[in-house]
Amino acid sequence: MALLEVRDLQVNYGLIKAIKGVSFDVNEGEIVALIGANGAGKTTIMHSVNGLISKAGGSVHFAGSDITHTQAHKLIGLGIAQVPEGRRIFQELTVYENLKMGFFIKKSKAEFEMRLEEMYSHFPILKERSSQIAGTLSGGEQQMLAMSRAMMSSPKLLLLDEPSMGLSPLYVNIIFDMIQAVNKQGTTVLLVEQNAKKALSIASRAYVLETGRMVKTGTGSELLGDEEIRRAYLGG
Amino acid sequence: MDFIVTLVNGLSLGGIYAMIALGYTMVYGIAKMLNFAHGDVIMVGGYTVLVFLAVNPVLAIVMSVIFCLLLGIVIEKVAYKPLRGASPLAVLITAIGVSYLLQSLALIIFGAAPEFVIIANLGTLDLGPISIKYSTIITLVATVIVMTVLSLFVKYSKIGRAMVAVSEDRDAARLMGININMIITITFAIGSALAALAGVCSLLNVPTITPTYGAMPGIKAFTAAVIGGIGSIPGAMVGGILLGIVECLCKAVPEIAPYTIAIEFAILIVILLVKPTGILGKKRREKV
Repeated sequence: MALLEVRDLQVNYGLIKAIKGVSFDVNEGEIVALIGANGAGKTTIMHSVNGLISKAGGSVHFAGSDITHTQAHKLIGLGIAQVPEGRRIFQELTVYENLKMGFFIKKSKAEFEMRLEEMYSHFPILKERSSQIAGTLSGGEQQMLAMSRAMMSSPKLLLLDEPSMGLSPLYVNIIFDMIQAVNKQGTTVLLVEQNAKKALSIASRAYVLETGRMVKTGTGSELLGDEEIRRAYLGG
Repeated sequence: MDFIVTLVNGLSLGGIYAMIALGYTMVYGIAKMLNFAHGDVIMVGGYTVLVFLAVNPVLAIVMSVIFCLLLGIVIEKVAYKPLRGASPLAVLITAIGVSYLLQSLALIIFGAAPEFVIIANLGTLDLGPISIKYSTIITLVATVIVMTVLSLFVKYSKIGRAMVAVSEDRDAARLMGININMIITITFAIGSALAALAGVCSLLNVPTITPTYGAMPGIKAFTAAVIGGIGSIPGAMVGGILLGIVECLCKAVPEIAPYTIAIEFAILIVILLVKPTGILGKKRREKV
């Protein structure tokens, strides 16, 4: 049984059918990538999985239980954390306070300290800047913070929405190394990316999305070698 | 010496405005709406004091705070929650509707004639050439306590931090597991309880009440919140105190006194021209 099971998902924006019946699975331990051009519906799928926007049809199951209509704030308690598009860190709070927000639903002080140390060891820069206001961090540092904030609750499934957006190649590599590292430690990852090459290079499996429909699926390396995909998404 | 007395009176009046302004600013910051019925909660608090005054003055104050706190929660649940996600104009008109509803209910129950609400006869403190009313001192002390407790609550409590997170980015806060509806309810409860306290302090200074009792302080406090930067808690405090001092200084000069209210709103206009976000208001940065 898949950890995350999305069946015939439909989302409308008014009269516009943005997602027209999308199905996909994320199995435990995988990194699954959703790739596609701007406007293909990647972020819409993310937001309907995490409950921020309502679905017109279809179902979402997580670890066997139906979360189709579960409210967004309850998902983190089930083990789904998200790094939203554009990072969405709390700009006016400090780095430390942001990390604390990621631990909001949990209470154990000892576990908090342990998670905090783990995040600081992944990204020592965050420790250095722990009392700095998060809005003053660079884009790359903010993305590290957003990743760490999501990982604070030790989620089973991490949803990543465009983690490479607006980052320099150096930071893209750092973030993707982190994705692989948390995956090796047992967190399943669903990754939405425009940087298809980068996403496919770390993905166990991937789905290709085009104007609200899944058009192709395969392992990361299969899709990297696919002639059509190369032409459409990888620049030849 | 007169100047010092005027200043103290201004601080005290400013404290009342600040307590009310905190309700406006917190609700705006967290629920992203202007609760124009907020002023009328002060009035309801005042009448609650009147009802329970015969039993015991302290009980009357406590009942006033509790009743308004519950009233705030009920108003939010019944009038505003069904409109979450609706256009801001619909919410604004609903808030004005709630305001008239509360005023009309008070009119039906208590009539239009002013009622005297004498909570206590406090007298004045004489320090040589300076004499200050005890009610003024009590208001000042209450203001300092309220502001300190509220600041500590927002800064250090889990719910306070969640309030800051929600006011900054509602969706990101939801992803952290914060129940937005609960935070909004708590905000209305706190704001309304503060309005009740402000009402009690006002009644200590001027002990008469009518069904439109909350309208003017409501508008002044809203002005204070905007001057300070709506959405900002320290802003509401600064704006309230500033407005209170200006009002008392103006009223102390006989030639200027008739223009007091005009001057207060003129200050609002000038501040908005110079700094549209208010004194401590921040412009939202959209960094993608």
